[in-house]
Amino acid sequence: MSNFIVAAIVVLGAVGLIFAVVLYFVAQKFKVIEDPKIDEIAEVLPGANCGGCGKAGCRALAEAFVKQGDMEGLRCPAGGDAVAEKVAAILGIEASKAEPQVAVIRCAAGCANNPPKSSFQGMKSCAFAHGVFVGTNGCAFGCLGLGDCYNVCQFGAIILDPKTGYPTIDEEKCVGCGACAKACPRMVIELRNKGPKNRRMYVSCVNKEKGAAARKTCTNACIGCGKCAKVCPFEAITVENNVAYIDYTKCKLCRKCEAECPTGAIVSVNFPPRKPAAEAPAKPAEQPAPANNSTVNNENTTNNA
Amino acid sequence: MRLLNVSGSPHVHSGESVKRIMWDVNIALIPLLLTAILFFGFEALFVCLVSVASCLLFQWLIEKFLLKTKTTITDGSAIVTGLLLAFNLPSNLPLWIVIIGALVAIGIGKMSFGGLGKNPFNPALVGRVFLLISFPVQMTTWPRPLGICNIFSNGAVDATTGATPLAAFKEAVKNGTANFDMPNLMDAFLGHIGGSMGEVSAIAIIIGGIYMLCRRVISWHIPVSFIGTALVFSAILWCINPSHYMDPITTILTGGLMLGAVFMATDMVTSPMSKWGKVVFGIGCGLLTIIIRNWGSYPEGVSFAILLMNACVPLINKGFKPKRFAK
Amino acid sequence: MRTFRLGGVHPEENKISTNAKIEVFPLPKQAVVFLNQHLGAPATPVVAKGDAVKTGQLIAKAEAFVCANIHSPVTGTVNKIDTMKDIFGFNKTAIVIDVAETEEWVETVDTTPDIKRDITLSQKEIVDKIKEMGIVGLGGATFPTHIKYMIPEGKKAEYLLINAAECEPYLTSDHRVILDHTEEVLIGISVLRKALGVPKAYIGIENNKPEPIARLQEMAKQFEGIEVVPLKVKYPQGAEKQLIYSITRRSVPSGKLPIDVGCVVNNIGTAFSVYEAVQKNKPLIETIMTLTGKSLGQQQQHNFVVRIGTPFSDLANYIGGLPEDTCKIISGGTMMGKAIVNIDGPIVKGTSSMLLISEKEAYRYEEQDCIRCGKCVKACPMGLEPYLFSSLINNGKFQEAADNHLMDCMECGCCLFSCPAHKPLTDEIRLAKTKLRQMQQKK
Repeated sequence: MSNFIVAAIVVLGAVGLIFAVVLYFVAQKFKVIEDPKIDEIAEVLPGANCGGCGKAGCRALAEAFVKQGDMEGLRCPAGGDAVAEKVAAILGIEASKAEPQVAVIRCAAGCANNPPKSSFQGMKSCAFAHGVFVGTNGCAFGCLGLGDCYNVCQFGAIILDPKTGYPTIDEEKCVGCGACAKACPRMVIELRNKGPKNRRMYVSCVNKEKGAAARKTCTNACIGCGKCAKVCPFEAITVENNVAYIDYTKCKLCRKCEAECPTGAIVSVNFPPRKPAAEAPAKPAEQPAPANNSTVNNENTTNNA
Repeated sequence: MRLLNVSGSPHVHSGESVKRIMWDVNIALIPLLLTAILFFGFEALFVCLVSVASCLLFQWLIEKFLLKTKTTITDGSAIVTGLLLAFNLPSNLPLWIVIIGALVAIGIGKMSFGGLGKNPFNPALVGRVFLLISFPVQMTTWPRPLGICNIFSNGAVDATTGATPLAAFKEAVKNGTANFDMPNLMDAFLGHIGGSMGEVSAIAIIIGGIYMLCRRVISWHIPVSFIGTALVFSAILWCINPSHYMDPITTILTGGLMLGAVFMATDMVTSPMSKWGKVVFGIGCGLLTIIIRNWGSYPEGVSFAILLMNACVPLINKGFKPKRFAK
Repeated sequence: MRTFRLGGVHPEENKISTNAKIEVFPLPKQAVVFLNQHLGAPATPVVAKGDAVKTGQLIAKAEAFVCANIHSPVTGTVNKIDTMKDIFGFNKTAIVIDVAETEEWVETVDTTPDIKRDITLSQKEIVDKIKEMGIVGLGGATFPTHIKYMIPEGKKAEYLLINAAECEPYLTSDHRVILDHTEEVLIGISVLRKALGVPKAYIGIENNKPEPIARLQEMAKQFEGIEVVPLKVKYPQGAEKQLIYSITRRSVPSGKLPIDVGCVVNNIGTAFSVYEAVQKNKPLIETIMTLTGKSLGQQQQHNFVVRIGTPFSDLANYIGGLPEDTCKIISGGTMMGKAIVNIDGPIVKGTSSMLLISEKEAYRYEEQDCIRCGKCVKACPMGLEPYLFSSLINNGKFQEAADNHLMDCMECGCCLFSCPAHKPLTDEIRLAKTKLRQMQQKK
């Protein structure tokens, strides 16, 4: 009996030893020499592989950092400045700062003002539906509401309305990687600077139709009237192809355009509620932004409509 | 007017559905159920009912509490698994073993891979092989089939148990007794031989198979190539040494070969897609079955053969693509 | 019976409007004529706002290579040249013409009902005429016809195939054209045969149309080199590659054109419009279309000849409004046609039908997991693996799908039609094809 045990131990031990030796030499032969910095950088990157940097994934970005040796033109938008500093520390250089960005949805078609005009069945994909028809809301430019942006978001920052399917952005979670902007077949989503105190203004419409037609499509549409451009003291607003656009680098958040807009297409985010219309244009209040800061402040739509 | 509906083309559908396919298989299994009751008494019905009920229950429990998805027990696939599992068991198997088999079949064979359509192995066979290895004694003690007249006489069933023709033959070969008493071919065709509940009656299996062929649930490729290969291969062996190998007709009529070829190997989820892939799959099953039967330690090899070939399906799918237009 | 070899399905035929003779549909109040009614670049308008136009007058000229002339379908004044919504709701540039009370044709057009039998023009003149009259393929793809007759160097046309299969359910316009204009169609085919310089033309027609087959066979005796080939009833018998295989047993390889195997395929409707263009000088300003639906009474099934630019809603009003249970309106057949959203959108050159589908018929069941039954593989007439595409596409592996010959797919819809799990296979493939084309353009 003991012979069996000894034999088993000897045989198994010998087999194990032989394999170990073979494995060792194979590992030596096929060893890939890699800069340890790549691993270190990959470690500090978010690891979501969102593609916001333009590379295939986080590891590809780490390789690019190490290969290039500096951070010129490379940035992890998801990680922002915090990650940039860590990466810079590993590379032994000074971190470059960039304004944090956030995605905004330039379409308000999900609201009650624009009821569906047709229904859709089939593959739940905006890119597909874009090739088939105009969209259930009848707008050839706006959101299709089938959630391509939701599917690509690695950070859970896009919330789809369970009833209409239209997305809203959770600013807390959005890192500004831009994956949704790339996925949207109608280019409704734009990355904008987060702005001071997270406050920003934008035109929530991309409809290029002429005024009357646009208005017929959606009551919230930008009709390209140009009133906002006239009232803007900073020349931040341009009207092109019947759509106004607010340049976020020039906008000083005075909210004059918002008051002027006849359709309520201009929205401001994270501003305190306006004081009654009789008073002078509201100054930014001192109190911090409300906790639920993803709400869009466009209650003045009814005042001007 | 109501809202216009929009979708991509095509705008019509053939009306085919998963549910319909599964219920067609269930209908095709009815002749097997009837013969099982006929030859093994109402005990067989109990085993079937317990197997089906526990399959349904386990699927429901797993979907409700583990996966937290919508329950799909109404699509009939769990009933197919339950029936096929039962048909692969002896009719006098203790019911608690049947329930364990159902748990393995549904839990490990199907749901652990993500449910219907994602399992690489036939769930019923996974359950059966698990039981075969875990409970070899209970799984290989078959009651002798009853005569048609004494179905209703209780007590007679448990009294007589014996081996299947395959096991008896293997034993005979091993002991060197050349003249083994072959079962009557007519008995084997009708099902009046020992064995698992569903596999004994070739005629019932053929009826079920023809129904499925007519309903286009299966195609002829797998059953024909499976049985054909087994027939040819065993015929060659038999010509070489008739005293050592079983004759080809008895080979295909005994054991689970017919059941396997018609109901188990043709399972859509675990069989190849293209015509030639199906033929290759069938040939592989046939060869492996005969090899295991003759040179393996088990007297029966259909379940192992099909499971082994199931594992090859992704490769077969890659290697045997359908014929393309203008190619 | 001749047919193609791989795949194919049998959708319910539903040819309920076969007995309705072709009627002339009244003129619209305003005609919206898109500049891009064909495959290729849009035409350039040659009229301006306020211009008076006659019926048949050239209003937009083809300037790119793949492009077709556009003529005024009505008499009236140009109201505006602006973006208008098409039937899918998209904005496209159109010439909008207010229709005058009295119709006045361009003088060159022969509006008499006589049949002109002698083909006087030469081969080159015929092709030029087809180009001038803005003829496009009426089988669905609206490819400018004259380009098919400009045979590239080094290639030789041997057969002219006329597609009268009409394998799509519901559609009866080809059926009716053959019955109501048998001789004109055959003259048109003779014209095309002369333009191509081939000895033989074959008319491929599905065997479910005994009356048109008999009529064609009877009449074809008077014409030289026209043979009627009855084909087995199987969808997609009328697809170009399948039709060529069924009739000539030649296979067009992947990525090649019919001319590579010496064939030119035209639709029978195109043959009729070629007759009108070449023999009667009449440009393509009308289309023959079916208005049908199961909910409509037998009296309301129609085959119309309609001027281009007429809104779909005019047709709906003609039958006294849409039936209550209409859930989907399809332009084209149920297998490859497109569902429309904007009923005020106009009819274009390729429009072949307006199908009113009820909710029960159009309903798409909820998607389930693939059970790998292989029915899509069996149904695919191109011998592809839609189940594989589906899983690759859902994982974003477009290139791998392309390596498995995704681009060979012609979107006939057989896979989705036969899928028991109701997976939107055709939708996914269509999306992948678009994505792959975009990826190719980027490169």
